[in-house]
Amino acid sequence: MHLRARSIALVATHVFKESVRDKVLYNLVAFAVLLIGVSYLIGQLTAGQDVKMVKDLGLAAMSVFGLFIAIFIGVGLVAKELERRSVYALLVKPIERHEFILGKYAGLMLTLAINVAIMTVAYYAVLWGVAQSFPAESREMWTVPVLDPALMKAIVLIVAQFGLVTAIALFFSTFSSPFLSAALSFALYVAGHFGADLREFGAITESPLTAALCTAVSYVIPNFSVLDVKAAVVHGRPVSWTFVAGGVGYVAVYASAVLTAAMLIFSRRDFR
Amino acid sequence: MPGARILPLVVIAVLLAAGGLLQARLEARRPVDLLETGELYMRSAKVLDRAALSYDALVADVYWMRAIQHYGGQRRSEKTEKRYDLLYPLLDLTTALDPYFSAVYYFGSVFLAEPMPGGAGRPDLAVTLLVRALQFQPDSWRLAQQVGFVHYWYQRDFGEAARWFDRAAAMPGAPPWLTALAATMLAEGGDLEASRRLWQQMMETAESDWMRETAQFRLMQIEAYVAINTLERIVMAFAEAHNRPAANWGELVREGRLRGVPLDPTGTPFVLEAWGNVTVSPQSRLYPLPDRPSPSGS
Repeated sequence: MHLRARSIALVATHVFKESVRDKVLYNLVAFAVLLIGVSYLIGQLTAGQDVKMVKDLGLAAMSVFGLFIAIFIGVGLVAKELERRSVYALLVKPIERHEFILGKYAGLMLTLAINVAIMTVAYYAVLWGVAQSFPAESREMWTVPVLDPALMKAIVLIVAQFGLVTAIALFFSTFSSPFLSAALSFALYVAGHFGADLREFGAITESPLTAALCTAVSYVIPNFSVLDVKAAVVHGRPVSWTFVAGGVGYVAVYASAVLTAAMLIFSRRDFR
Repeated sequence: MPGARILPLVVIAVLLAAGGLLQARLEARRPVDLLETGELYMRSAKVLDRAALSYDALVADVYWMRAIQHYGGQRRSEKTEKRYDLLYPLLDLTTALDPYFSAVYYFGSVFLAEPMPGGAGRPDLAVTLLVRALQFQPDSWRLAQQVGFVHYWYQRDFGEAARWFDRAAAMPGAPPWLTALAATMLAEGGDLEASRRLWQQMMETAESDWMRETAQFRLMQIEAYVAINTLERIVMAFAEAHNRPAANWGELVREGRLRGVPLDPTGTPFVLEAWGNVTVSPQSRLYPLPDRPSPSGS
């Protein structure tokens, strides 16, 4: 199996252009409206915690919007081509099936990365605006800077999570319907927050087989909770770049495994 | 035709307005639901934490806003009997979801400890909340000082307050005056100077207007106490000279003991009671004053 960067880039560019045509980036408007609207409205309800809340909301909104794009666009990447029968035209071109899958993945990741980059600029701008509404003596008391560069650590790990979710969605879409793929991807995302609980359950069970199974499953399912440092960075708690790099590395390894499985299934699929 | 373009917009506007009206009527006729009777759907912090997935900080923000709405709603309500039943559960859920949300501990402890009707009148729960915060931030001298403050100001437990001030003083970054405060607390109980210093410090480190205004208000009450102490000495001197207490401020002014009717820090005249006691007027924003700290050191 050999990979040609040009073929992958071609498919990726096509996916990105299609997402722009499908008005996926409209979510940026929703993000901006949500953030600006909330920052304007919550002033009376937070007892001075506006900045903390806008930080939390911004990171959560980036995560949720991206998650929805990753799942709902991800599951349609292959299904749409099959439905429109354009996959036949694509695959008679000199594009290998695994290049097609990788290109689709790279294209959606490009869309998500650009999406998050624009959101990040808007996020910092709104934070700056909210901070200006406070008197100087209040701002001096804040222990965490408003335009904290450490927020980028959470954002990098949010993008890493998208990398994992997109790979999972793409994997399911190679052999399942879009609806089922979306449901399975979302279920795996939720399950990915309960790995530690599964191990705890394994520890208290009396059956060694169940315990072993719980431990095994907890390490096989993706662990999304380990990639979540949103609250930590908002409170200015230490999160090292080494940890962030470790998280990105974990996603790279896991997503590679899932994409390999997706490529394997897709390459064996009979389209006749 | 412009009319053809406007017509659908008008139809949409009319339908939306009708929908709003219908909704208002339905809400008016709906049976009182759980939320309105002051119940919490979810009381288990553990379940809530799991259900929030990786959005626990955001859910904590929502619960914090609910806590403020509950507190503010009760405080501002015109009901004579205030009910802050949900305050502690809401604060408990907020801090369980986001244990490093420091503002919740500082504000929450004041909300809980303030006596009725201004707060829940539960300094014990305020201490519970703060002690839990110290499990997550064991080196926070401000949290330890806040525990001492609740013991001192709201519970009048000077021994326990001194113990916490001492503990706070030993923490990294603690200001040196905390050691002196602990000693004063043990030796003399709560004096006005100690109160003034604590509220002053709270005002200077306040992250929000509400906290700053609360501290300013308490400082004004302390100023009122200082003035009352001085006025009572003058009233006593008059009583000793005349073998009877002064009937009103006018008598003291006429004798040159006062320049005019004394005013509290809000500009409202102090009240001279029949037996020579001085207090703030019920019309004053400072009324009622909290339990009087010992005048020593003032």
